[in-house]
Amino acid sequence: MRLIPLAVAGLLALTACTATREAPPTLGAQPKPSAAGTEPAAAALPPASLELWHGFSTDAEVKAFEDAIAGFNKKFPQIKVVAKKGIQDDQITSAIRSGKAPDVAASFTTDNVAQWCKSGAFQDLTPVIQQDGIDLSVLPAASRSYTEFEGKRCTMPLLADAYGLYYNKALMKGSEPPKTLSELTELTKKLTVRDADGTIKVAGFIPSFQYYENSPSHLGPMTGAKWYNEDGTSAIGSDPAWKQLLTWQKELVDWYGYANLEKFRKSLGDEWGAEHPFFKGKVAMIVDGEWRNAMIANDPKAKTLDYGTAPLPVADDKPDLYGSGFTAGTVVGVPKGAKNPQHAWELVKYLTTDTDSLVTLSNALRNVPTTKAAAESPKLANDANFKTFLDIFAHPKTSTLPANVNSVFNQDAFSTFLTSWEKGSVKDLDAGLKDVDKRINDKLKLSGG
Amino acid sequence: MASSLAAPPVRRRGQGLRALVWLSPLLAGLAIFLVYPLLATVFYSFHRYDLYTLEFVGLANYEYLLSDERVWQSARNTLWLVVFMVPAQLAFALALAQLVTRIKAGAGVFRTIFYLPSLVPMVAGTVAFVFLLNPATGPVNNLLSLLGVAGPDWFGDPAWSKPSLTLLGMWGAGNTMVIFLAALLDVPKHLYEAASIDGAGAWRQFRSITLPTISPVLMFTAITGVIYALQYFTQAMIASRVASGATDSAGSTFTPGYPEGSLLTLPQHLFHSGFRDYELGYACVLALALFLTAMVFTLFLLRRFRFAEEAS
Repeated sequence: MRLIPLAVAGLLALTACTATREAPPTLGAQPKPSAAGTEPAAAALPPASLELWHGFSTDAEVKAFEDAIAGFNKKFPQIKVVAKKGIQDDQITSAIRSGKAPDVAASFTTDNVAQWCKSGAFQDLTPVIQQDGIDLSVLPAASRSYTEFEGKRCTMPLLADAYGLYYNKALMKGSEPPKTLSELTELTKKLTVRDADGTIKVAGFIPSFQYYENSPSHLGPMTGAKWYNEDGTSAIGSDPAWKQLLTWQKELVDWYGYANLEKFRKSLGDEWGAEHPFFKGKVAMIVDGEWRNAMIANDPKAKTLDYGTAPLPVADDKPDLYGSGFTAGTVVGVPKGAKNPQHAWELVKYLTTDTDSLVTLSNALRNVPTTKAAAESPKLANDANFKTFLDIFAHPKTSTLPANVNSVFNQDAFSTFLTSWEKGSVKDLDAGLKDVDKRINDKLKLSGG
Repeated sequence: MASSLAAPPVRRRGQGLRALVWLSPLLAGLAIFLVYPLLATVFYSFHRYDLYTLEFVGLANYEYLLSDERVWQSARNTLWLVVFMVPAQLAFALALAQLVTRIKAGAGVFRTIFYLPSLVPMVAGTVAFVFLLNPATGPVNNLLSLLGVAGPDWFGDPAWSKPSLTLLGMWGAGNTMVIFLAALLDVPKHLYEAASIDGAGAWRQFRSITLPTISPVLMFTAITGVIYALQYFTQAMIASRVASGATDSAGSTFTPGYPEGSLLTLPQHLFHSGFRDYELGYACVLALALFLTAMVFTLFLLRRFRFAEEAS
């Protein structure tokens, strides 16, 4: 017991050290530079060195990002940007927590946006967006949704991913890509090649939620399924669109036979390598992101593949959904504790709203640019297969996984249920979905939601 | 007379102070690395803490423990590993050690062969096992199919996933084998000779001479094995991840414990609660539960071995 005062004294000493540290300026607290001319801020901002953390790691990605930063440097020659590559979200969180945050941080995933906005780990950009008169309507509603939480816009979308259908023209044997779930089922049965014992040689379409990009968030838009109610509680058990999707999916799984499908799935190559089953002609149709176009083009063997892209097939009774899909993407913001928040905002603003910068990045990384101007720019490298995804991204019914403080947990809870479902372990679908709701809502309560 | 009587307490005080000075590094270490973290864990278990904000929530984290299905699932998995994997590893390592002591020629070569797997890095060994046991392309199932046996979906079937990990654990039991080997070589030879003259068979010799003699080593390996199983993390996490074929992309997430949560261990659940979901208060509750479980198992084993020792 005598050790407790010692521990308390030590803790107090540590706290005292932290308390005396000078707090860095917050975004908007610094006076807005003003000068005459078309670029007042550029001329008036004092010289500074900015630290930018991002998740890009391959040489091509890093070069593309550096090219975009070079454009910023032309506009702001007095600001030096030091970029640090390959950063994951937990490193950003730890840095903010320890008071060593970078000036600007970018993340590949939108899963932590709610947590960052809610806790103030990333600064609210709303005042400077209003101050600079930025029109956010140039962004689709889905992109606006995954970059803010409960009215706090703490990140901006940098580039986006959109999801659609890829089909192998040779395997399709002249068939048109399906537009409805019934057509997808029919075509899958027609194109699948199996041995007498059920062993799959070529799959028309793999309906398993465990297959590469077939996550519930990517397939949910096919029936217009929504994740959350207005109050942030789970809508999975109450939205009939999920039941519609799962019933369709299970019928197709059962047609293959779960064991056959699993054996086939596990025989397939790496999603990110040259052995991808779509490249090898083992699967006729897949759901994938727009970046698969670049992977096909860059693969020495796959680049000759004759393929096409189309929007996701949708529920037969919801034809208005056709053309929409799932979108999410890279987000960027100014963390709490940034040493030069005003400079950091200028960089964020440039990277996310400057048309040339977005086009440069999009052309190099083959991701969807987020603003309308960039998507319509004549400088944007475009072809029919890539355009499909630009159209999906711009579709008014395209949806996303809205920001939620328990985003990863919620997806995990649902995916766990889906594995049991497609295996046939769930006898009562309604009760199972309600149970998923309960898990998500209990967790929301724990998180103070 | 009075002064001579008063002298010893002064010397004792001086000695006590000196002892305290010598013990101070140990006491400081205990305070910093044991007492403080333990107290902090208890403190945070009553709070909602997401690395940014701290809010007192009373018993809310403890209440959630009771409704969290994943806790009971991960606790059952961890218990399975304690009950089945640890004894299997110990029995296999003991059998290997016995085998090596009986080999007349080339014992060194076999000792090396049996020990080598324990030098393979955990992650590499686990990934290799998942590939070897792949139901479609793995050589093990291919071999079984040649024999007319349909191999199971080792890491993909909840009924087989933990036994598959147990196989992995037995394959890497080289360290324990070496400990047993040292203990077996330490058993006095004349006891076996005397027992043999009295007509005791191999099993009787093993039960009445080998086991009692090496029981302190058995106790050590059992306790460390149980503590290791309670902290089982890396192999389960990697096997789960590789076998699931999960991808990391926008809108996708890896479900730990694949297949169907059968490889989710308590430490994994703790890690995900703390550092994926940022529910550090709740993670502290799980840490306390794990700490208490380890204490209970250790005390139980100590009592069992003491009882067995007294009985023998």
